[in-house]
Amino acid sequence: MTDDAQEIIGDYKYGFHDPENSTIRFDKGLSEQVVRDISELKNEPEWMTELRVKAYHHFVERVMPEWGNCSLLDSIDFESITYFLRSSNKTEKSWDDVPDDIKNTFDRLGIPEAEQKWLGGVTAQYESEAVYHSIREDLEEQGVIFLDMDSGLKEYPEIVKKYFGTVIPHSDNKFSALNTAVWSGGSFLYIPKGVHVEMPVQAYFRINAKNMGQFERTLIIADEGSSVHYVEGCTAPSYSTDSLHSAVVELIAMDGAKIRYSTVQNWSSNVYNLVTKRAVAHRNATVEWVDGNIGSKLTMKYPSVLLKGEGAHAEVISVAYAGKGQHQDTGAKVHHLASNTTSNILSKSISKDGGRSSYRGLLQVSPKSTGCRSKVVCDALILDSDSRSDTYPTMEIGNSTSDLEHEASVSKVSNDQLFYLMSRGFSEEDAMGLIVNGFFEPFTRELPMEYAVELNKLLELEMEGSIG
Amino acid sequence: MADEILRIENLHVSVEGTPILKGLSLTIHRGEIHAIMGRNGAGKSTLANVVMGHPAYEITSGRIFFKGEPLENLEVFERARAGMFLSFQYPAAIPGVQVGTFLKKSVASVRENPPKGREFRKELNAAMDQLSMDKSFLSRYVNDGFSGGEKKRLEILQMLLLQPHLALLDETDSGLDIDALRIVAQGINEVAADSACLIITHYQRLLDLVKPHFVHAMIDGTIIRTGGPELALELEDRGYDWLEVTA
Repeated sequence: MTDDAQEIIGDYKYGFHDPENSTIRFDKGLSEQVVRDISELKNEPEWMTELRVKAYHHFVERVMPEWGNCSLLDSIDFESITYFLRSSNKTEKSWDDVPDDIKNTFDRLGIPEAEQKWLGGVTAQYESEAVYHSIREDLEEQGVIFLDMDSGLKEYPEIVKKYFGTVIPHSDNKFSALNTAVWSGGSFLYIPKGVHVEMPVQAYFRINAKNMGQFERTLIIADEGSSVHYVEGCTAPSYSTDSLHSAVVELIAMDGAKIRYSTVQNWSSNVYNLVTKRAVAHRNATVEWVDGNIGSKLTMKYPSVLLKGEGAHAEVISVAYAGKGQHQDTGAKVHHLASNTTSNILSKSISKDGGRSSYRGLLQVSPKSTGCRSKVVCDALILDSDSRSDTYPTMEIGNSTSDLEHEASVSKVSNDQLFYLMSRGFSEEDAMGLIVNGFFEPFTRELPMEYAVELNKLLELEMEGSIG
Repeated sequence: MADEILRIENLHVSVEGTPILKGLSLTIHRGEIHAIMGRNGAGKSTLANVVMGHPAYEITSGRIFFKGEPLENLEVFERARAGMFLSFQYPAAIPGVQVGTFLKKSVASVRENPPKGREFRKELNAAMDQLSMDKSFLSRYVNDGFSGGEKKRLEILQMLLLQPHLALLDETDSGLDIDALRIVAQGINEVAADSACLIITHYQRLLDLVKPHFVHAMIDGTIIRTGGPELALELEDRGYDWLEVTA
């Protein structure tokens, strides 16, 4: 690290970067031509090219959201971003074939090790495209399709065409339009009827270059009665200039299927993380978003579930940690569009060192959806007087047969808790770390153990050197 | 003469400018059990908290020594690591932190040669059996949703595991039924045999089970009379008014 990164890298463990050895790098800035070039480079079918172009025009015309952190949103300079960067000509199936620099990075992030130990499949994306991809043979034999999205479009064009953009149309919001225009990479996962994928499959997203835009696109389809746990991790180097991560993730859970989607987002604090995640749950299906936001400069992300079939269930558990210079604007949306559908939303946030966390939630029950049940719990912990937490819950309940609960709390670490723990031999920092880990526990216990341990370490690190 | 563990010299303490302790002196040696009795508001809990180092209490004059060393520059956790322990009247809840994890970390940071792995498990199991605590305690969150009696048992369990040289017990008997009191008393006796022990209480009943060597009557921030176990009986019988008169 020879440049300004060192100065701002601080405690962020993943802030290192590799020399940039791109094979193809587009000039900065966005135009219809850039969009067409991406599509041409990928040799895409015409319908995709046309969809991209349509989305691009929608993006240009669409105004910025007039809510959330407007001043930060307005400071995004779309012309200074690189929209496509290829760093390896192929998606390799063996780590040995991945270029050394890139392989080293993923080694440092612990991905190949985790893959060997407890994952059913891995996609590793570096800049715009996947550089490594593999799936366990037994899963492949059962008909599970796990590919990076570009390969998914090439190999299964009919499935992709049928579902792509059906959960999140390009016109959903400005950033879903941007993603649809310039998407690259992401995962395509299909689980056949009745197949239960026991080991989690993971995608890891790494931005390396400066001023990079990463726009992965993920589509997961769990066919009737199947189940899968998909895990997503992300990091980036610390730079003094901004990068943009704007993903679109669409999940489709058919009748009786179950999808759990877990994220531990730990972008460096120069990354704008503006992501649209939405799922459709059909009859008796379950969708669970387990969403952790630790890093980034500004995150705006509200994992959603459309409960379309009777008896469907949604679970959204999210945590946000907003430290110095960070704004975590996160939450959840659940739309009860069928009768006897149920949902649980648990949101926990911590604000520290001037950080800001906002919970933004929408709970909607359509007039015809009777007998629905939902519980929303939002807890905020504020660690010092410079920090801030806001809650913006919205409920639109169309009938009187539904049962809804909403609880919200804002708390501070009490002196009694600190005194108690210190009287048991914990230093003030350790005591704070323990309290914070305890606060996030309802989230971390849902993560695979390896992630839970990593997250707890991360939070303890955040508590260090901060008590005066 | 046994080792001196705690020495308090003419201690004056205020909370938010209001004087609470007004010239209290007390010395406790290893192997001694002292009981402090007094009405609500006499300053008993203040004494326990200030010895442990609670930041809300201001020492305006006087000094406290632990094993001959002055305490004023030691932080709360350093006092714990030096061998001081406070059993809280109202232990704080730490949601999301499991008792098992908490105990392990606490023992690791306080004990000089902390037991590890299987050795720790063994010690923990024995202590829990002694206190008739179910193993399911270990996966519950520290004091979160605990009954009064459960909280007190957890305090005593910690005392057994941390093996302090000085145990301050702040109304450990309140909220306990007679069976629980007996179990808790057994735990205190075990620790007290080889350490200094200060029991703060309103009632005689714990002192039937844990025999104090000295009983101190406290009124308005100072010790007004010191005696043997018979003083506790007399206080239970006659209250505190007669002491104020004779003072």
